[in-house]
Amino acid sequence: MTTIAEKKLAPSGSNKLSTSSRIRRTIMGIITYAFLLLMALIVIFPFYWMIISSLKTLEEYKLNVPTFWPRLIQLKNYADAFQAANLGRLFLNTAYVGIVSTILSLIITILTAFAFARLEFKGKNALFGFLLATMMIPGELFTITNYQTVNAFNWMDTYTVLIVPFLVSVFYIYLLRQNFLQIPNELYLAAKVDGTSDFKYLWKVMVPLALPTLISITILKMMGAWNSYVWPRLVTKSEDMRLITNGLRGASMKDATGETHFPMQMAAVTMVSFPLFMVFVFLRKYIMSGVSRSGIKG
Amino acid sequence: MVDSKHQWKAWLYLAPALVLLLVFTVWPIINTVRLAFLEGYSGMKAAGGATFTFGLENFEKVITYKKFTLTLKNTLLLCVLTVPISTFLALLIAVALNSIKPLQKTLQTIFFLPYVTNSIAIGMVFAAMFNVVGSALGTPNENLTSVGIVNNILQIFTGKDHYVSWINSNSPEWANMFVMTVYIVWNALPFKILVLLGGLQAINKQYYDAAKIDSTPRWRVFTRITVPLLSPMLAYVIITGFIGGFKEYTSIVGVFGDKMGPPDAPGRLNTMVGFIYDSLAQNREGLASAAAIILFGIILVVTFINLWVSKKRVHY
Repeated sequence: MTTIAEKKLAPSGSNKLSTSSRIRRTIMGIITYAFLLLMALIVIFPFYWMIISSLKTLEEYKLNVPTFWPRLIQLKNYADAFQAANLGRLFLNTAYVGIVSTILSLIITILTAFAFARLEFKGKNALFGFLLATMMIPGELFTITNYQTVNAFNWMDTYTVLIVPFLVSVFYIYLLRQNFLQIPNELYLAAKVDGTSDFKYLWKVMVPLALPTLISITILKMMGAWNSYVWPRLVTKSEDMRLITNGLRGASMKDATGETHFPMQMAAVTMVSFPLFMVFVFLRKYIMSGVSRSGIKG
Repeated sequence: MVDSKHQWKAWLYLAPALVLLLVFTVWPIINTVRLAFLEGYSGMKAAGGATFTFGLENFEKVITYKKFTLTLKNTLLLCVLTVPISTFLALLIAVALNSIKPLQKTLQTIFFLPYVTNSIAIGMVFAAMFNVVGSALGTPNENLTSVGIVNNILQIFTGKDHYVSWINSNSPEWANMFVMTVYIVWNALPFKILVLLGGLQAINKQYYDAAKIDSTPRWRVFTRITVPLLSPMLAYVIITGFIGGFKEYTSIVGVFGDKMGPPDAPGRLNTMVGFIYDSLAQNREGLASAAAIILFGIILVVTFINLWVSKKRVHY
């Protein structure tokens, strides 16, 4: 481990270290880099394979000796996959569900987090403790009854059923409440003296100050819609009401002989993965700050 | 100080969340427990006017159900395989990343990449990588077209004629499990690396300086300084790893499709969550509820064991 500590201890350069320890350090360095680069290669390989496979013809894909770069770039796979998996319609569904549920969820989360962070009411701590405790329960336990509930409400096959049951997330409330608590109380009292209402203070002062957390929540919520699979499959009967991940796994992408057309399938996978890559490239730090506090995906 | 005149305002802020929580969180907790104890409850039969008696039949049925014990075995096996492997690998990678200067940021970004993916989508990529193309595989009339990229790489070491049927018909169970382990570990690494690297960067450098002066061997520094000081983060990733492991479902759907197994052995890799959804799809809500409560119980027990062990092991 070449740490700063070592440099501090050997300020006049490496000539103070014995030759054998220098050799050992070099070897350790080589092993460290070799290990990291090998692991990085393993991590990246599936993405590389996904993209080049999506550009191959079926014949080239099935070659006994694999090619690591497509001989003939076959963009047609993308058009075919787009049609076969009904991606256009599913993309619009997912965008609609994602945007509407994110906006509503943000409003509810802001109001609730504000009440828990700044307002006083009886049973506040007990209620908050109860909400945190529900985070322990696996989602499947809720799903069973929620399936019955939405059935009773006659919500099957609607956008409502994809949006409403997941509007409140205790985790987001917790995240935002922590952020609100960091805003000094003096600001609140000063605003009170000026006669600012709670509501105005919330929107004019607290929300702008908590913007990074709100962006984290937005990204996680949108990714949640993009990646949700089980619930939409359960509560929608019509193929036109499903979300993008359902189309991916459900669509039959076979060639003339009934074999899976892998290049086409990989094209669909690439298209679904692409927006996530964009989020990763541009908004990575917001996801990382939200994620390291939770372990919750989406 | 609680000003009772203004309390109603606070409840106004809470109202939308509380209404939704009552309907979609509190009621399900009560109702699912109720259904679990209603013998043989089925929503369809209930709509038809059937009544059900209270009892433990659902739990008895679930525990003795071969399909359920299989999913329990699969879930436990996947947990036991993937949590230690991914934690150990993540620890090695985080320590290695923390010790280098050039390329650190680039490599860190690469290792975080699998986090922001769709587990169904990338599961399909793994399926494509392990897939063997051909007809009548495993029979004397086998007509092999391509053994897939993973077998191609393995053939460098094992020779041209050898290949493993990983996910296709006639694939052995250990091969299926191997594919799932690789995929789940691959998927679990980024979060663990992120948390562990954050922990490593927060360790006071003075401990290492002291070890340096005493010329402590590298391995001892790792086991006596790094791991103990990192133990709260290690406990955290292990606990969340187990919780995630017991809820494993979509990664298997990604690789094997919702048949949860190779084409000739559907259901072979089914998990507890899969069992719950299957029961729900068959209108057997009582059974699904009992299984969900058992799953919750297992998660609680494992979490408490983890917390108890870490209380003894976690330093500070």
